[in-house]
Amino acid sequence: MRLYTAVAAGGFRRHATYRVATAAGVFTNTVFGFILSYTYIALWDARPGLGGYAMGDALAYVWIGQGLITVCGLMGGGFEDELIERIRTGDIAVDLYRPADLQTWWFAANLGRCAYQLLGRGIAPLFLGALVFDLTLPSRPWTWLAFLVAVTLGSVVSFAVWYLVAMSAFWLLDGQGVVQIAWLGGLFFSGMLLPLNVFPGSLGEVARLLPWASMLQVPADVYLERYEGWGLLGAYAFQACWAALLLAAGRAAQAAATRKVVVQGG
Amino acid sequence: MAEAYEPAGAGGPGPAGRGLGGAWRTAGESWRTYRMVAAMWIRSTMTYRSSFALTLLSSFTVTFFDFVVILLMFGQVRGLGGFSFAEVAFLYGTAGTSFGLADLVMGSLPRMGKRVRDGSFDTFLLRPAPVLAQVAADRFALRRLGRLVQGVLVLVWGLVLLDLSWTPLKVLLVPVMLLSGALIFAALMVLGASALFWMQDAAEVTSSFTYGGNTMLQYPPTIFAQDLVRGVVYVVPLAFVNWLPALYVLGRPAPAGVPGWTAYASPLVAAVCCAVAGWAWRTGLRAYRSTGS
Repeated sequence: MRLYTAVAAGGFRRHATYRVATAAGVFTNTVFGFILSYTYIALWDARPGLGGYAMGDALAYVWIGQGLITVCGLMGGGFEDELIERIRTGDIAVDLYRPADLQTWWFAANLGRCAYQLLGRGIAPLFLGALVFDLTLPSRPWTWLAFLVAVTLGSVVSFAVWYLVAMSAFWLLDGQGVVQIAWLGGLFFSGMLLPLNVFPGSLGEVARLLPWASMLQVPADVYLERYEGWGLLGAYAFQACWAALLLAAGRAAQAAATRKVVVQGG
Repeated sequence: MAEAYEPAGAGGPGPAGRGLGGAWRTAGESWRTYRMVAAMWIRSTMTYRSSFALTLLSSFTVTFFDFVVILLMFGQVRGLGGFSFAEVAFLYGTAGTSFGLADLVMGSLPRMGKRVRDGSFDTFLLRPAPVLAQVAADRFALRRLGRLVQGVLVLVWGLVLLDLSWTPLKVLLVPVMLLSGALIFAALMVLGASALFWMQDAAEVTSSFTYGGNTMLQYPPTIFAQDLVRGVVYVVPLAFVNWLPALYVLGRPAPAGVPGWTAYASPLVAAVCCAVAGWAWRTGLRAYRSTGS
């Protein structure tokens, strides 16, 4: 446990060294937040109450999305490239000899990364958006806490998805194709482009059941206080189920992969 | 290696020759370098053919999802900011095609920050070939064709749906707009890459202007705050990529009190952008200090 705490702290510190990148990221998220906000305003002007969101809800959704892009890995988990590279070059053999579990190691490192991204890139866009646009803010202070829990669960689901993607590199060597496909799924089904409750008919129903819904749609709805009491627990359970399922799948893939690793020496 | 026989000083940092003759020689040499490096990366990509097919498909689909959002929006409303679906498709197609072209050729530039950081940028300086061409072709990704193809398809769709009275001038304006737009985007990418000499981690700022600009230009200017529209006319001249010429083609007035003749100004603006970007690149290259690693 001490080991993994240290790994998580390392993950936090490592990303904290890239301050210029963080500032650049906040800038980019803010620019996109502006562009998206205006398109949403045009849309909700024409169709008030679309998807059950008032204008302020829709705008809050935009800025939550910009804040969570890196935290919940909507466009890439932020660690899979490195892991795939280690698998491709064979460095992974060294990792496997360490007295630590591979998945837990990367989980801890990613948790540190998420914590940093939440502080560095998550809060600023939401704050800037609230300065310029009339966002819905939670009416109860503990909603923020409930939101934080949902974000944490969302980032765990994100880790589980991207870990599973990275494991595919054991078989495919070049993982870029699978990464792109996963990226595609994340982009569309996380609801980053348009809230999932605006997706029409069965496309919307399916989208709201997929794991990517845990990364933005569920946290945003928790923030917007659309879940109460048992409903809130249900939302958490939805996220936790996907997390457990995908983490288990990642573990199974890891076990199958490590059985076939052949160290080439050198 | 023909480059090795070039007179000393032909390569290296900055363009060697002054005057028009030197500029043409540098351009020709840049093109040769670019082609060679790009061909090398294409060969390397083709080693993993199935992976290439997947990335090409996903590059197409990622951009397609952008458009799905617009389709979903028009599933809910009849017009966006007073623009019909065909008009928005036209805006989307022109912005997407220009951006796709620029991204295909220059899309590798943001990688440069990483190379400056880890010191591998120095190898580019040692080769007797134009540095910008080498960096732009570095890890040339043919899959970016997917984005371009998608932009062209939507453009064609928009043109088919549009019911316009075409004049020769309007017909001519479409290809001019696409090429000038691509040049403006490319110039922004070079400008952003030049900033990486000082701030290696700031690659994302460029994408907010390129990707962000592309997204913004897909929508009608009427939905944005007018100050923002003025910003992309007078500060970062993205409006010249498609908005100003496209509004003329669509028979709509220019936005935010911008004079009407700006519809034809795109090539001029593109030339100025390229000149500024070239100057910034040379300045950055001169200021470059290797990390020594």
